[in-house]
Amino acid sequence: MAQVATTEQYSSAPPVHTLDLKDVIPVIDDIIERYRSTRGALIPVLQSAQNLLGHLPKDLLVHISNKLDIPYSEVAGVVTFYSFFTTTPRGVHTVRVCLGTACYVRGGKEVLEAISKELGIEVGQTTDDRQFSLEIGRCFGACGLAPVVMVDDTVHQRVKPSRIKNLLEPYRADQGEEAEHGDR
Amino acid sequence: MCRLTINGKELHVADNSTILQAAASVGISIPTLCYLEGLTPMGACRVCLVEIEGAPTLSASCSTPVREGMVVQTNSKRVREARKTVVELLLSEHDGDCQLCERSDDCELRQLADELGIRSNRYEGAKPFSTVDNSSVALVRNNGKCIKCRRCVQVCSDIQHVGVLSAQYRGYHTTIGPAFTNTLDSVACVQCGQCAAVCPVGAIVETNHIEPVLAALDNPKTHVVVQTAPAIRAALGECFGLPPGTLVTGKMVSALRELGFDAVFDTDFTADLTIMEEGTELLTRLRNKFVLGQPGRLPQFTSCSPGWINYAEHYFPDTLDKISTCKSPQQMFGALAKTYYAQKAGIDPANMVVVSVMPCTAKKFEAARPEMRSSGFQDVDYVLTTRELGDLIKMGGIDFNALPEGTMDAPLGISTGAADIFANTGGVMEAALRTVHAVTTGRSLGTEDLHIAPLAGLEGIKTASVVLTGTVDAWSFLEGKEVKVAVAHGLGNAATLIDHIRSNPDEFQFVEIMTCPGGCIGGGGQPRFTTDEVRKARIAAIYKEDEGRELRQSHENPAVQALYKEFLGKPLGEKSHHLLHTDYAAKPRVNTP
Ligand code: SF4
Ligand code: SF4
Ligand code: SF4
Ligand code: FES
Repeated sequence: MAQVATTEQYSSAPPVHTLDLKDVIPVIDDIIERYRSTRGALIPVLQSAQNLLGHLPKDLLVHISNKLDIPYSEVAGVVTFYSFFTTTPRGVHTVRVCLGTACYVRGGKEVLEAISKELGIEVGQTTDDRQFSLEIGRCFGACGLAPVVMVDDTVHQRVKPSRIKNLLEPYRADQGEEAEHGDR
Repeated sequence: MCRLTINGKELHVADNSTILQAAASVGISIPTLCYLEGLTPMGACRVCLVEIEGAPTLSASCSTPVREGMVVQTNSKRVREARKTVVELLLSEHDGDCQLCERSDDCELRQLADELGIRSNRYEGAKPFSTVDNSSVALVRNNGKCIKCRRCVQVCSDIQHVGVLSAQYRGYHTTIGPAFTNTLDSVACVQCGQCAAVCPVGAIVETNHIEPVLAALDNPKTHVVVQTAPAIRAALGECFGLPPGTLVTGKMVSALRELGFDAVFDTDFTADLTIMEEGTELLTRLRNKFVLGQPGRLPQFTSCSPGWINYAEHYFPDTLDKISTCKSPQQMFGALAKTYYAQKAGIDPANMVVVSVMPCTAKKFEAARPEMRSSGFQDVDYVLTTRELGDLIKMGGIDFNALPEGTMDAPLGISTGAADIFANTGGVMEAALRTVHAVTTGRSLGTEDLHIAPLAGLEGIKTASVVLTGTVDAWSFLEGKEVKVAVAHGLGNAATLIDHIRSNPDEFQFVEIMTCPGGCIGGGGQPRFTTDEVRKARIAAIYKEDEGRELRQSHENPAVQALYKEFLGKPLGEKSHHLLHTDYAAKPRVNTP
């Protein structure tokens, strides 16, 4: 198979902080039953599935396709059309770098570059150890404290590129507990 | 009726017409790239733009309905410039090289650029990452040439109800294909090639078998045998500028001889044989039901269309035990060429190459199936589409239209009119009923010209019934019985019919399914462009071929009779079972990587 250069890599390791696929299938099947008769059932089903799992594993998409009798290509078409949907598992922690105007002019971009370098991933990606996902944000309403980085629900203010390592340290896998309380 | 003016001409058209249809009715042609006859217009390509008086912007004529008093310009400066821009933008993203492209002589984009007089491009676009997907046995997709018109998506979903092509991603990154960036072999594509038949450019084409066929012809040690499907003779002429529906049987034979094939045979021969086997199979199943009271295996479904077999295996596994176990005529031919014919002609089958010419891309897939090696070799080595044969003849520098009328070689070139009509929807059923009626009653079908009128035409699902009276002793259990049959062409129609049969399992005894709209004459490998008008012309030619024959019932074929006497014994006998029958297996819809 596969002569195509761009065939996507799909890692089959299980998602971390979410439910197991086989535990989710009965729940998804319930949701499918609820929406089955309505037109446009696919999107609400996908939304519910992603809320449960944090992402949409391809095996689950095949399952949904079979259950709803909607071709897999069409399901994938919808998933790839909306940026809300993702087939990549999320990390335990989501790092969001604000690139709103205030943060941007006060070095948000440099902060993003530093985080990207530190974690070894680009925006939209997740680290191999499933610890971090990196995203950008558009203004968290903390412009006075720019540049701002949010890790999960915690806002980190006046972030300096040189301090990134320290900022992320408490969230590393072996420090799981401490990660719950960042410096507010 | 609705009155409007197009380019100063006043005309009256039906209220539900589009501007495009209205213009066509008075001979004004408007270019289109995404529009497909009979389907909901998508309005995706914007090359059909026209100017409507009073409207602020140009409108897509394929999807704009006519209105009373409308004044339309299809050829104003504004329209021409807008179209030019659209095509220049398409070209700026197009990663193709016309001189090297399969579609150079019938590419709609190339033709359109030429018609619009585009000689340079104002836009320098980034070319998309171009990928060639040759994972499928029958088809090659080249995304760099794709103009995202979505005709293939529409055909695959709305006509064929397969739906393995869809738009993926969005904006500039949009690609047309199976899920994500997966290859075509990851989904249950039935290989029908209808996408390749409607693609305006060279983004989906059949897998090329011209090269290996030329190599076989050039090799003096091989004995190269060719078979041509019934549908070729009514369409090949289109590759040489002849109008659709021109019968070119004799010229086709001469061309194949000139190309150097050692024997020119006819798939018609094994179409007649199929009727003997499949008809006997049907009668056996009817006997099991009516005499022995055994349930199941009815209605019997035909098995000659390989796209339908793929469809059933992937999408309707509950029909598999009802499908006739007969191989398709192409495969029966291959199995017999390398056994019966090889023995008769004293040729070592190891040195024989069997080439078929088919209107179909799924036949390439079928020939490569592991089940299709009952001669001890791959029974059919290469499959050329009608288009590929046209190309091969052009490569050979042959002046097709000046060729004399040749005749097929014996014995595998001998056939009846019943075999010809395998080419069109309803034809296999009609051919089967001709023989079933004659065998069970001792008399030919009493109908005009031996045709079964309700089975003719392009209606998606057709039904008919034949009452058997005056049966001969062996078949007296059928006395007075009504044999009800149904026919569907295009897999969407097939799906509808199968759904109906699921809830009415006893209504029909025999069902014909052909994958492509119109049957094989509308196959995915036929010359482009196949519209309903073209389908009708090709079907008319096929009926003409049938009616012009002396023998028109399969059981009368003397070469088939001799085959049974010399080699096979009897229909459904031991040897038939081994060489001419096969089985099917349920398969998944998605192969997850
Ligand atoms: S698809 Fe058409 S325009 Fe593109 S390279 Fe082929 S012939 Fe040329
Ligand atoms: S060959 Fe037929 S089933 Fe396969 S993608 Fe094309 S239209 Fe769809
Ligand atoms: S592959 Fe052909 S038919 Fe399909 S969208 Fe691309 S250009 Fe259109
Ligand atoms: S043909 Fe009308 S928009 Fe494509």
